[in-house]
Amino acid sequence: MWNAIKLVVLGLIVLFAALAANWGRDLAYQVHAIIILAVAGGLFVWTLRHVGDEPEPVNQLEYMDGVIRAGVIATAFWGVVGFLAGVFIAFQLAFPGLNFEWAQGYMNFGRLRPLHTSAVIFAFGGNALLCTSFYIVQRTSAARLWGGNLAWFVFWGYQLFIVLAATGYLLGATQSKEYAEPEWYVDLWITVVWVAYLLVFAGTLMKRKEPHIYVANWFLLSFIITVAMLHLVNNITIPVSIWGSKSVIVWAGVQDAMTQWWYGHNAVGFFLTAGFLGMMYYFVPKQAERPVFSYKLSIIHFWALIFLYIWAGPHHLHYTALPDWASTLGMVFSVVLWMPSWGGMINGLMTLSGAWDKLRTDPIIRMMVISIGFYGMSTFEGPMMSIRAVNSLSHYTDWTIGHVHSGALGWNGMITFGALYFLVPKLWNRERLYSLAMVNWHFWLATIGIVLYAASMWVTGIMEGLMWREVDAQGFLVNSFADTVAAKFPMYVVRGLGGVLYLTGALIMCYNLWMTVRAQPKTSDAPAMAPAE
Amino acid sequence: MDTYSLLREFADSWMLLALFAFFIGVVIWVFRPGSSKAHRDSADIPFRHEDKPAQDQEART
Repeated sequence: MWNAIKLVVLGLIVLFAALAANWGRDLAYQVHAIIILAVAGGLFVWTLRHVGDEPEPVNQLEYMDGVIRAGVIATAFWGVVGFLAGVFIAFQLAFPGLNFEWAQGYMNFGRLRPLHTSAVIFAFGGNALLCTSFYIVQRTSAARLWGGNLAWFVFWGYQLFIVLAATGYLLGATQSKEYAEPEWYVDLWITVVWVAYLLVFAGTLMKRKEPHIYVANWFLLSFIITVAMLHLVNNITIPVSIWGSKSVIVWAGVQDAMTQWWYGHNAVGFFLTAGFLGMMYYFVPKQAERPVFSYKLSIIHFWALIFLYIWAGPHHLHYTALPDWASTLGMVFSVVLWMPSWGGMINGLMTLSGAWDKLRTDPIIRMMVISIGFYGMSTFEGPMMSIRAVNSLSHYTDWTIGHVHSGALGWNGMITFGALYFLVPKLWNRERLYSLAMVNWHFWLATIGIVLYAASMWVTGIMEGLMWREVDAQGFLVNSFADTVAAKFPMYVVRGLGGVLYLTGALIMCYNLWMTVRAQPKTSDAPAMAPAE
Repeated sequence: MDTYSLLREFADSWMLLALFAFFIGVVIWVFRPGSSKAHRDSADIPFRHEDKPAQDQEART
């Protein structure tokens, strides 16, 4: 019965996608229709061939780790893709000749830039959150994932979303909202996937055997729910035609801007902060082999972060048509956010108290610690930049880009690398990583890369901010815009080199993880049970 | 009064108070006397079921 329903639905999707490929009004829509046609058609055949099969027995006394292994591979893969795109567009800015004439309209900076941001945030970061949240919720609930193969649907549905989004950007389907570029049908699809994700996660929490919900799960659950809410409100659009990718946002003017940055800043706050804090609260104690410094502080950290972050968005719209009271509100809440952010940082770092010697011997914990350090630094820098007077200098300059990258490369990237190094030997039953020396190389390449990136962006950002506002004795502007672009060239080259170092580190990690699975001896197949308490 | 003003006034008075009271309540609840043992127990959760889910008969106290 279930298979029959699946076949009918898939058949209808194939039919619709075939019509859409034929009648589509723009290239991106037609290409997407063909992708969906291929995926749904393939699933149709696969389902048909497995109609009579007995369902594989599910052992509720084992964790569901297959989907997590797939997520680890996807995280590493999309990470490299996203970093590569970032390095390329960094050099496009330094050397405009890299906007090749033959690829105009597809591979110039404007098309590749959203590809880079979405690849690193949603593909790399999103897959990292998917697989680590599935790992953490099972281990801390002492229960197998809820919903059987629904977790696989979430995983593959998410990959389809990434492919649709990325191809759409290159072919020009974008609704021009930062971090929310995908058009209406991709938005609808990710909504379905996200609801399934919430069901799997919440379902596992519901059947947990631990009476208490561990704090990491609070952060992860808030990330899932808030991102769903943000996504739904920010993407209320009306398609121009069901056979085309273009849609029109229902808000206009400053309302649209405010909704966008309410979304945009909370995407940072809940996707890149709350979700990754969930990772921190699990992997740092595990790698340090000691419980979190203060569980009380972690609860207060959670509630303070939740209550404050949601108000910080207006600081993206200082000196615009947004009313002053709203931008002041955003600024005040951003500054107050200092406290929970630093509370969380202290909690993460102090988890190592009494075990600081591990920093010398364990490069993985070093990676996690520097990640928490970058969390502290970027959550210091962010509130400072949200102050109106500072923002008048920093806004629209490269300082903002430097700030985002010290958070993204430093905090999100490093904690994810640490989690991957932790997970791979566990998930593939290997005794240890292939090479700790390579982890060390990765650590230093990535750290130096970030330092080059952030330092060059500070210099160029403050420089161009000062050049823009420089006036002579008569009150005329001294510099033309092109002057600032010319002056930024050396810093752009340094930034690109920082990216190259970071990318090299990630490639070393991929090789190291690959060899861990390929060449390391297996641990015994049945890991010893932890003694029951 | 139009909807905007009504909601605006409600948001920066009673709603603000309610949210703030909830937050203060959380802080008081966290530091309630005798909670340290429960928090220590919760902090140990990641170290309990590394390899396998809890068995049904294994009732935790």
